[in-house]
Amino acid sequence: MGDINWASVFDWTSLLKCFVVGGIICIIGQILIDKTKLTPARILVIFVTTGAILGGLGIYQYLVDFAGAGATVPLTGFGYNLAKGAIEGVRQSGLIGAFTGGIKAASGGIAAAIFFGYLAALISKPKMKKQ
Amino acid sequence: MKKIGKQTILFDNPPTILECASIVGPKEAEGPLCKYFDQTLEDEFWGEKSWEKAESKIIKETVNLVISKSGISNQEIDICFAGDLLNQCISSNFGLRDTNVPFFGVFGACSTFVESMSLSAICSESFANYSLCATSSHFCSAEKQFRFPLELGNQRPQSAQWTVTGSGSAIISKTGQGPYITAITPGKIVDMGIKDANNMGAAMAPAFADTLVTHFLDTGRTPNYYDAIISGDLGYVGKDIVIDIMASQGYNIKSNYNDCGILIFDKNKQDTHSGGSGCGCAATVFSGYLYKQLQEKKIKRLLLIATGALMNSTSSHQGESIPGIAHAISIEI
Repeated sequence: MGDINWASVFDWTSLLKCFVVGGIICIIGQILIDKTKLTPARILVIFVTTGAILGGLGIYQYLVDFAGAGATVPLTGFGYNLAKGAIEGVRQSGLIGAFTGGIKAASGGIAAAIFFGYLAALISKPKMKKQ
Repeated sequence: MKKIGKQTILFDNPPTILECASIVGPKEAEGPLCKYFDQTLEDEFWGEKSWEKAESKIIKETVNLVISKSGISNQEIDICFAGDLLNQCISSNFGLRDTNVPFFGVFGACSTFVESMSLSAICSESFANYSLCATSSHFCSAEKQFRFPLELGNQRPQSAQWTVTGSGSAIISKTGQGPYITAITPGKIVDMGIKDANNMGAAMAPAFADTLVTHFLDTGRTPNYYDAIISGDLGYVGKDIVIDIMASQGYNIKSNYNDCGILIFDKNKQDTHSGGSGCGCAATVFSGYLYKQLQEKKIKRLLLIATGALMNSTSSHQGESIPGIAHAISIEI
């Protein structure tokens, strides 16, 4: 066990790319909340469908290659995942794959969201917000 | 009791506001009016399992408090008017089910407290020796009902108001030494087509101006007649709009006009955006702060105009506009 050189453990350039791209996607969301009358639910749907459309057209793939988790973790990444899964589904099992592929690809995220949401509901109690 | 002008009622024997009580939540307790409230809570649950139960407890305890402060018994109260913001007014229905007093549930959104006092005053001119008014609201239960559940963690826009957690209650007596309810001007429903549930101030301001102008025309009074003209929760956004509307109608209310939603919170320290709102806002500010100002003769003539936004979450989702209402009550010593 020697000293770990932390500076070389991380690929700092990809971390920076990830942070900037993820941050820009979040800034777009914040601007939509502040400057438009769109409800958060509508913004969520807009992000997911935008991600799905860009994913389906193959454009979002460039962003994923460039920024990794910075592009896949935000809501648009979920849409991208759905589209990618649907396309792969069609390749593997024909037309039915268009319906099953998307959910298959996103199933890890969906199941985790339900599971951890349930856990959080069991152990915590909602409180008044501070502002 | 007689009607004058278009919609104002003058009382022959003005009823007295015998006693008031108020209980508020933790955020209101940090505000500038803290010392005027009878009781402040340390947390928003008050030992209950849900916010709705907490709100019922708040209105129940406020009513118990006003009755014990006034020195009269439950049996002597001839009628009770109470309301809140939750569906089918469950806070007041559940909170007051053990009071054993004839009960009318009323709903006028945030205008409910003045609506209750107006109805009580009318009853005092006929059968009622003592009548009880109470309203409540709770930030958490109101957010859940009208906007989004708190669990969702949504951000609030700058024009949004903060629903007051608290309850105010008053006992109106046929006889007494004042402060007297000398006149009421029940308002009309006014809808200017505002659709944003996060901008209630703008939705209710036209209703406020309509009632205020009508009150002046009906009574022949001018803004100077009153030491204070107080609106029930238009907030900062609504206050600016109202001053402009009134100026365009030829009334200058800048010097003696203020708003319950502005009074109850400290804008700089508390970050409540456009100020307070809710059935409990006008109720606690009146029962706590304004009533004591009347008793100490710091305010001798008060015009309290509570405003309400008459919508629900279904109407908002279906894209309906928000009708507003404002009821005025003139209180003098």
